[in-house]
Amino acid sequence: MANKDLLNYTLQLADDVMILGHRLSEWTGHGPVLEQDIALSNIALDLIGKARNLYQYAARQEGNGKTEDDYPYKRDVLAWTNVLLVEQQNGDFGQTIVRQFLFDCYHYYHLEALSKSNDEQMAFIGAKSLKEARYHLQYSSEWMLRLGDGTEESHSRMQKAVDDKIHYFEELFIPTELEARLIKEGIAPDLSIIREKAFAKMNAVIQESTLVLPEKIYTQQGGRDGKHTEHFGFILTELQFMQKTYPDMVW
Amino acid sequence: MVVDRDHIIEILKGVSDPEIPVLTIEDLGIFRDAIVSDDGKVTVHITPTYTGCPAMDMIRVNVRAALQEHGIDNVEVIQSLNPIWTTDWITEDGKRKLKEYGIAPPVEQTTDKSFINGDKKIVPCPQCESNNTEMVSLFGSTACKAFYKCLDCLEPFDYFKCH
Repeated sequence: MANKDLLNYTLQLADDVMILGHRLSEWTGHGPVLEQDIALSNIALDLIGKARNLYQYAARQEGNGKTEDDYPYKRDVLAWTNVLLVEQQNGDFGQTIVRQFLFDCYHYYHLEALSKSNDEQMAFIGAKSLKEARYHLQYSSEWMLRLGDGTEESHSRMQKAVDDKIHYFEELFIPTELEARLIKEGIAPDLSIIREKAFAKMNAVIQESTLVLPEKIYTQQGGRDGKHTEHFGFILTELQFMQKTYPDMVW
Repeated sequence: MVVDRDHIIEILKGVSDPEIPVLTIEDLGIFRDAIVSDDGKVTVHITPTYTGCPAMDMIRVNVRAALQEHGIDNVEVIQSLNPIWTTDWITEDGKRKLKEYGIAPPVEQTTDKSFINGDKKIVPCPQCESNNTEMVSLFGSTACKAFYKCLDCLEPFDYFKCH
């Protein structure tokens, strides 16, 4: 019988990158300049690739004929357990960069630890994506610097983006009940250690970018329990349009 | 028909990468192994270079087609993450072909962590060998490449990133 905790954890990790990848793909054809259009699309590709690896793994665990497509296309809002950060709207390029930077701070260190998971497949998926996530972190950090320590206009937009998005950062480090059990088994990485590294990186880059964190941070959470922000329904409407219009269609 | 493993490996060595046609899947280290079972079924193991590499489906099709041309129909292509592909898997011959094609090969081993402390690495121009180059964009024409410019011969070029 499939390990229910492992299955739900696999889906939780998959949902984060599926939704962020989907958000980034909304930039394709709309980037501020060609290079950045390509960069954001490439990062989207990496993230959706990781989501595919995880959804395939989930399907194998269930072993009941489900495929990787069943999870993103056939689950409704409440079944998705991604964090709220990744579903936030793209906004301007600065908002997208801050959202990406915060996620990358978590993602890089999380993958570093996941690649040492006791679960072999998780470890492979972690090691595979780690090599890509380091480029994501480098990319978003460089843009934090360039725009934060840039013109008056870019600085004020980046500061606003930080003020808006920082409230969604902490949720990444709050273990769900099943995650806490898997941490004990050495399958899921210990989030407290990752939090420390991610915050150190985040603080250093924010400071170098001449930006500041707001005095009060009001942590927003709920995504892991299927309680999403208003934006989420709109994402699924687009993502699942074909399957809802032509159920079980295939290419 | 007797299916000979060495023969299969020879055939597969000729399958080129759809994105970088001067390289074969052997040069890139994508092709891992071919196993022939007693009933003549051939299982080919390949590994993705990138998590989201869109070329993998194409490679799968090309592997089947190459074997089919030689009358080998009973083929399964398996994608495996064990062990993980890194740019260290690109053969020396592959790196030479990349450079001749105008793509700068990876300049470091994958264990390098210089990006964390922000060290800039030097990527020599594949056209004029100059070290006087600069990065235009971390993401180039595909996710596995960055986009560079030579400040001496002024040619733009792709750099195969270290992974």
